[in-house]
Amino acid sequence: MDNPVLSFRNVRQVFSQGERTLCALDNLNFNIAPGQVTGLIGPDGAGKTTLMRLACGLLRPESGEIRVLDLDVIAEPQAVQSAVGYMPQRFGLYEDLSVQENLDLYAELQGLPQEKRSTRYSELMHMTGLAAFTTRLAGQLSGGMKQKLGLACALLRAPRLLLLDEPTVGVDPVSRRELWAIVYRQVQEQGMSVLLSTAYLDEAERCNEVLLLHQGRLSGQGPPSEFSASVQGRIFQVSAAGISHRRLQARLSQVSNVLDAMVEGKTVRLIMKQAGQPTVKEWLPGFDDVRIKPVAPRFEDAFVARLKNRHDSVTAMDGLNLRMDSHDEKEVVIRVHKLVRRFGEFIAVNNVSFDVRRGEIFGLLGANGAGKTTTFRMLCGLLPASAGELSVAGLDLHVARAEARRHIGYMAQKFSLYGDLSVMQNLHFFASAYGLRHRHRDEQVKWAIDTFDLADYREANARDLPSGFKQRLSFAAALMHEPEILFLDEPTSGVDPLARREFWARTNALAEAGVTVLVTTHFMEEANYCDRLLIMAEGAVLAEGTPDEMKMRARTADNADPTMEDAFIQLIEQCEQSGEDKGIKA
Amino acid sequence: MSARLRRLWGMIRKESLQILRDPSSISIAFIMPVALLLLFGYGVSLDAKNIPLGIVIEQPDTAAQSLAGAFDRSEFFRPQRFSAIQEAQQALNERHIEGILWLRNNFSSRLLSGGEAPIGVFVNGVDSNQANITKGYIQGTWQAWLQHYAASRGQTLGLPVTLEQRVWFNPALSSRLFLVPGLIAIIMTMIGSLLTAMVVAREWERGTMEALMVTPLRMGEMLTGKLIPYFMLGMGGMLLSVAMALFLFDVPLRSPFWLLMLCSALFMLVSLAIGLLISIVTRNQFLAGQVALVVSFLPSFLLSGFLFDIHSMPEWVQTITYLVPARYFVAILQTLFLAGPVWPVVLANAGAMLLMLLILTALVIRKSYKRLD
Repeated sequence: MDNPVLSFRNVRQVFSQGERTLCALDNLNFNIAPGQVTGLIGPDGAGKTTLMRLACGLLRPESGEIRVLDLDVIAEPQAVQSAVGYMPQRFGLYEDLSVQENLDLYAELQGLPQEKRSTRYSELMHMTGLAAFTTRLAGQLSGGMKQKLGLACALLRAPRLLLLDEPTVGVDPVSRRELWAIVYRQVQEQGMSVLLSTAYLDEAERCNEVLLLHQGRLSGQGPPSEFSASVQGRIFQVSAAGISHRRLQARLSQVSNVLDAMVEGKTVRLIMKQAGQPTVKEWLPGFDDVRIKPVAPRFEDAFVARLKNRHDSVTAMDGLNLRMDSHDEKEVVIRVHKLVRRFGEFIAVNNVSFDVRRGEIFGLLGANGAGKTTTFRMLCGLLPASAGELSVAGLDLHVARAEARRHIGYMAQKFSLYGDLSVMQNLHFFASAYGLRHRHRDEQVKWAIDTFDLADYREANARDLPSGFKQRLSFAAALMHEPEILFLDEPTSGVDPLARREFWARTNALAEAGVTVLVTTHFMEEANYCDRLLIMAEGAVLAEGTPDEMKMRARTADNADPTMEDAFIQLIEQCEQSGEDKGIKA
Repeated sequence: MSARLRRLWGMIRKESLQILRDPSSISIAFIMPVALLLLFGYGVSLDAKNIPLGIVIEQPDTAAQSLAGAFDRSEFFRPQRFSAIQEAQQALNERHIEGILWLRNNFSSRLLSGGEAPIGVFVNGVDSNQANITKGYIQGTWQAWLQHYAASRGQTLGLPVTLEQRVWFNPALSSRLFLVPGLIAIIMTMIGSLLTAMVVAREWERGTMEALMVTPLRMGEMLTGKLIPYFMLGMGGMLLSVAMALFLFDVPLRSPFWLLMLCSALFMLVSLAIGLLISIVTRNQFLAGQVALVVSFLPSFLLSGFLFDIHSMPEWVQTITYLVPARYFVAILQTLFLAGPVWPVVLANAGAMLLMLLILTALVIRKSYKRLD
């Protein structure tokens, strides 16, 4: 067998921050074989970026040995840096230089001979679809195009080993798919070896081999199919008549043999602790039409099975006294009609209309820049609309913004609590900000601590909380005043997959309690947790419907069980197609 | 071209393009010098001219009228008459006038008897600098008149010593002549330290540094490639300032031009090294800007002798000024422009700058390695 292109031996990396030390990587051992795509999979904070930087000699490990392309990285960092291609998380582009100027810079730096440049440039520009934009400033490219340009810059001299740090984060699914195609072409044509890190679990299935990193430790290495095979026979889809899918999920997740239960469309996906037909009927006495279907495992199932060891069940949202005038489930609580928002010449939101009914989880899906956050801000009354009608909880946002806000809970995309205040201080502050006083305030704070299991962290500063707990705290703060409508802007980005599942379980419980939830996400798979959703691209609505309806549209003979991402890409392609047709007719 | 030169050229070209596209770099290098020079050249003046002065004459006889006339004719004063001292004091309180000359009704008799000073002077001490200047000019005008008055009456004065002042290099004592050369040091500090610290820190902040590091580019090539364009920019700003000094403000240049360029180049390198060091240590644009302002720009402004005389500072502050590179350069600039190539001054100060450059370069090299930790 060929020598590995990258090997770690007993590598340990510690960061010290004042008095605290953080072990980023702990005793890491692995080899990466040449000529294949290896995925470095793990949630944020698992140590992926640290691993990448160690491999490039940008960091020096506390102890251990690292070899790259038969070179000792610690002894000869420059030799390694000259030999590998690397794209850091923020792609290393100069936004005030044009596409061509960025290429020229990296061609000079990598020592690409003058005579080879023009062929290599046109090859790469063709491959990345950037040929028409060579004079445009890099800062004016879309996220996906920037990513492809960054990749092109790293590929100029066709390195033997290519290291890509989260190249697909925040990129729209179409660009993501193109990026993968480019990477695989390099592997096939040049025999290049690629190490690619990602927080998207569904991307693991696209790799030849996967390194699963969790909390600085390697918790598995092998082909993705091997991971999935380990949970073969433990994954089931359950549906039952006479009980809502959310209540079903809540019931099933209490059962001791069930490791995990998640809503998936109108059904519930179960991961069992052991293989074998589950006796669901026994757990659901009184329900007749219980259907159980074994399904093929996915990488995410294996991930959860490997890392979720405790039975973390989410408590129901009891004690929430919603300010609701009626509990009519058919009532429309958010109405958006022909909403438009312009920023100068740029139209961020273009003629968007939708209705959300009470107790629904309504998702806004789309890549970065699709207009989700802008729509959100208008709904919360943080940004005035340029045109169109907006009503929230029966109140017109043009006239009764402050009144409407009292019915709304908002959780911003970034962690927006006070890092220097403790959990209790934050909760007290937010309760006061919403006008809660005395006993009512204390009751609400206690409710938040109990419901979100924050008791152990009561006195800890918000900044020092683990990411999952930070998110719980933000969530709790948004619920202090018992809003009947909850806006969640990218609540799951940057959160580890287990914490994400827990978050969705809580959201389910809220919806079950009658709260209307509007949520944005760029994780396509999370659309499955919504009742209905809206897919947006470039400020406009591409489609609206239930997750199953969306997926049905993408169903073809080859792809009987399309994913949400397949559906999304198909919608985009259709949209472009019709755009071209119109162009021809005109 | 060797690979090394190609890489260096790639960096220089990239950096130059970025400078040309970034309006803030261009304005710091070219618009700010013009603004500062115009402001200091025309607006700020440490000279006293047309000082508003209140004159109170209680008994308008010949001697009093003659003295008042001397103040009227002086280009330093713009006198106003007040009929009573109370009115004049009111005007002084309201800062309509900067000082009062009070000639009491016994002025003429005491003047002739040769007794103690027969004039009363009030000066507004809120602005101590202005007060000193005003006081000095009043005294000068008074003494000049007194001599003239005595001579015209065939008398000699009973004053013990007569001072005869002779001012070298800047006979008109025009503050513009020494402010404008000193300003060149400030402008070069801005470009060298502030701008450079911020642009290098920007690379860290935007993550482009990380991408540059994982290429065959050596750290030395990267730093040189970054410095050359900013060196040119700084020298461009310096040439613009010199041209304005010579042709707009008529500051004389009494030394060879090459010597001025050589000393400026040396100071530019010191400034750039400080800027680089700040950016390497902070790695954050905002912090780099703040640090550059505090450790480089403000000391150059306050402690270089450009605006405030070093010898009149407390001793411990004087000791600190030895750490401010602009101190040496301001001394060189003022000498080269106004006095000529006084070699002991030029060599001593240039030597100090060279020493600083060596120390700073050693620090930059020690601190800059191709690693992120």
